[in-house]
Amino acid sequence: MKNIETALVCFSEQNRLSRHEATDRGASVEFQHMTGRLNSARWALLAPVIVAALSALAACAGQSDERTVSVFAAASLTNAFTDIAAAFEAENPGTAVVLNLGSSSSLREQILSGAPANVFASASDQIMASVIKAGNAATPRTFATNRLAIAVPVGNPAAITGIEDFARPELLLGVCAIGVPCGDLARRVFELAAVTAAIDTNENDVQALVTRIEADELDAGLVYQSDVATNPRVERIDLPDAINPMTVYPITTFDGSSVEADAFVSFVIGPIGRRLLSEHGFGSP
Amino acid sequence: MNRNGVTPRAPWQLVGLALVAAALFVIPIVGLFSRAPWRRLPKLLASDLVTDALTLSLVTSIVAAALATVFGVPLAWLLARGTFRGRGLLRAVVTLPMVLPPVVGGAALLFALGRRGIIGETIDNLTGFVLPFSIWGVIIANVFVAMPFLVITVESALANLDPGYERAASTLGASPLRIFWRVTMPMIAPSLRAGIVLAWARALGEFGATVTFAGNLQGRTQTLPLAVYVSLESDRDSAIAISMVLIVVSMTVLVVLRDRWWSRT
Amino acid sequence: MTLDAEIRLVRDDFALDIELQIAPGTTTALLGPNGAGKSTVVDALSGLLPIDQGHIKLAGRALDDPTGHANDSGKAVFVLPRHRRIGVVFQRYLLFDHLSVAGNIGFGAHTGSAGAWISRLGLEALAHRFPRDLSGGEAQRVALARAFAIEPELLLLDEPLAALDVSTRSATRRTLARHLANYAGPRLLITHDPTDAFLLADQIVVIENGRPTQLGTPDQIRQRPATPWISALAGTNLMRGIISDGSIKLDDHDFVLAAADRTLNGAVLVTVHPNAVALHEAQPHGSPRNAWRTTVAAIEPLGDTTRISLGAPLPIMVDITPASTAALGLRVGSPIWASVKATEVGLTPSDD
Repeated sequence: MKNIETALVCFSEQNRLSRHEATDRGASVEFQHMTGRLNSARWALLAPVIVAALSALAACAGQSDERTVSVFAAASLTNAFTDIAAAFEAENPGTAVVLNLGSSSSLREQILSGAPANVFASASDQIMASVIKAGNAATPRTFATNRLAIAVPVGNPAAITGIEDFARPELLLGVCAIGVPCGDLARRVFELAAVTAAIDTNENDVQALVTRIEADELDAGLVYQSDVATNPRVERIDLPDAINPMTVYPITTFDGSSVEADAFVSFVIGPIGRRLLSEHGFGSP
Repeated sequence: MNRNGVTPRAPWQLVGLALVAAALFVIPIVGLFSRAPWRRLPKLLASDLVTDALTLSLVTSIVAAALATVFGVPLAWLLARGTFRGRGLLRAVVTLPMVLPPVVGGAALLFALGRRGIIGETIDNLTGFVLPFSIWGVIIANVFVAMPFLVITVESALANLDPGYERAASTLGASPLRIFWRVTMPMIAPSLRAGIVLAWARALGEFGATVTFAGNLQGRTQTLPLAVYVSLESDRDSAIAISMVLIVVSMTVLVVLRDRWWSRT
Repeated sequence: MTLDAEIRLVRDDFALDIELQIAPGTTTALLGPNGAGKSTVVDALSGLLPIDQGHIKLAGRALDDPTGHANDSGKAVFVLPRHRRIGVVFQRYLLFDHLSVAGNIGFGAHTGSAGAWISRLGLEALAHRFPRDLSGGEAQRVALARAFAIEPELLLLDEPLAALDVSTRSATRRTLARHLANYAGPRLLITHDPTDAFLLADQIVVIENGRPTQLGTPDQIRQRPATPWISALAGTNLMRGIISDGSIKLDDHDFVLAAADRTLNGAVLVTVHPNAVALHEAQPHGSPRNAWRTTVAAIEPLGDTTRISLGAPLPIMVDITPASTAALGLRVGSPIWASVKATEVGLTPSDD
């Protein structure tokens, strides 16, 4: 919400600027008329408009609300972090949390390319490690755990019973792509269960996979337990722990981040954060 | 000095803006090539990920361009020559995929042809065949985004064709179908070829509708653009290598065709 | 093979009502200004536009008969363009650019007959060329061959010379006349140019505002043009005046012409054909009733004749042979005597 407001302010700022330039334009036309250099007058008109537009854009990009926390979080945290952010904002009036949700791997690429993140919550400690290795980040802290589960559409139309069904080529089956934490974890599960999976699609983040199962486009998919814990649009089939390794979620802040960023991390790790995470099906570290 | 008259000197202002425009295209390509992992390149390009995606991309884009031609030319003909009500509306709907985000197009295709889509469900019930997650899903997504380019190009050529030629052919005893094949099509051939090339190029680069409608599976639905997207998050060198393949393939085809039979209008 | 057409139709405020009877081996010209309805006649005959009333019959076969009166079955008939067997030479020829000359001629021809038409029209050397490499006259011959090749029962020529420039027109016209003579069926020439009509047609139907205004042989039309449009374009001198006792007082000129008819009184349209005026170095002998002294205002070569425009007191046009022009030593400004026989002064009572 805050994002949009900022954008709107920026937009009207630009408008004001160009109106201001418009009066200058009038003056410039008059002047050029007197000197009779109509041709270059046209360029004299354009130049300030372009400059004004560019500088307005630049001003906009530089404009930042100091009370905003920019949180990059794994797609599997979508629902939990939406609730946590709301609770945090309620407890800290005047502070806004901006969530950027995506697969941990794509968030890593964004951060390494210089995206302005204050907080990063990853679904994989490997991905977190590569971010830490690049520097500028504080020592990460683990705040949640998760495991995979089979998700099927409501009513389980394909009558899935366990991980062995992922070997049936006639079924439409989905997992996350390799490189994405839930995708790497899924391969690990197949390995442990000694199943040669007949996969039909590799989704780029777990949220996209869940949505396909909800819509009955797929017969089954391997997603996080947290994705199916409170979701009434899919049914859950648990996997035995023996073939289902636990994964941990680390969180960190970046150098130069604000007090609010640290406060947010403490909030996630604190009792309210823990309670909300647990409600969404995450385990405690 | 030129015998045909002196070409007016290009105004520096236009040249300046044109150079900015050209730089916008050239610099990103230079940037990409500057990051190219030259030493690992042969190994990367020989990987299954790249060869599978390249084969799939070529097959699906060519089939899509062919289907877009087979169905798009009659549609263009109908739009150019038809006198039915709602023609303007139909034209708007046909050109919609040109402005629509491809992801929206992919979602729309899912709701129509997906397993629980309004038509897809019937197909599934009758035949057990499901379009998404198959190579046909990729082709349909490609046709969906590429065909408008062909339809628009061919329709405008048909609209500009003097109807007198078709009348002349009819006085010479030709049936409507013979007129279409022997007069109309040959006379708009340059535009038709341009339309086919545009449609093919659009299909080759298609990403959003494909990933939404057809999913992502190496060797079956993972085309070059999808492979780039996936690799960007796991193996950047691989992503760059695949991008270079896309650029080289597209440039080769466009340059060769441009000389052969595209620019001849 | 006879064309018997009675075309009546209404399209967007424009009404066409015309009859055409063309015998085999004769050429009829449909002559009229732009917008007179000539192209509508072409569309109706070739089947691109159905008629509302009347009929089109060709060689005894009804092609368009909306009321069913013109055929034995008594039912309405409409034959599609491709089944009409009407060979059309279009205004801009409309040769197919992607086909060679041979391909164009062969397009509608019976298998194997294209070659015969290529040689009959003398197009052997051009057979493998493409339309874009042909001159206007060559393109016209190809269009003619293409039309002949379907062995038509009517030949329809829609402004066949309009696309040519003036320098090649008369030569092409002569060639066209020769080829037309070899075609045994009825021929309809659509034109806005009286010269084409006079030189190519046996009969002329003048059409203005969708209706025929005059019908006759070229000579009849030329000598007695019925409307100012025909008169102006046919090159006839047309004037208005008041006649009484064989003397015509012209409205716009200070001049009195003598006419042979002494019975007519009142307002008249006066025509004097350019061929009927004689020019002399000195006052003519004998006593032509109309002889006057004047000067040469302009000299314009016009193919086989030279057109002289005379100055005051009676600015009219005179056609003489180039030989006479040389013999008289005519130059602009030369003094000259002109004379017209009273019997050559045409009179048509005028309404106003």
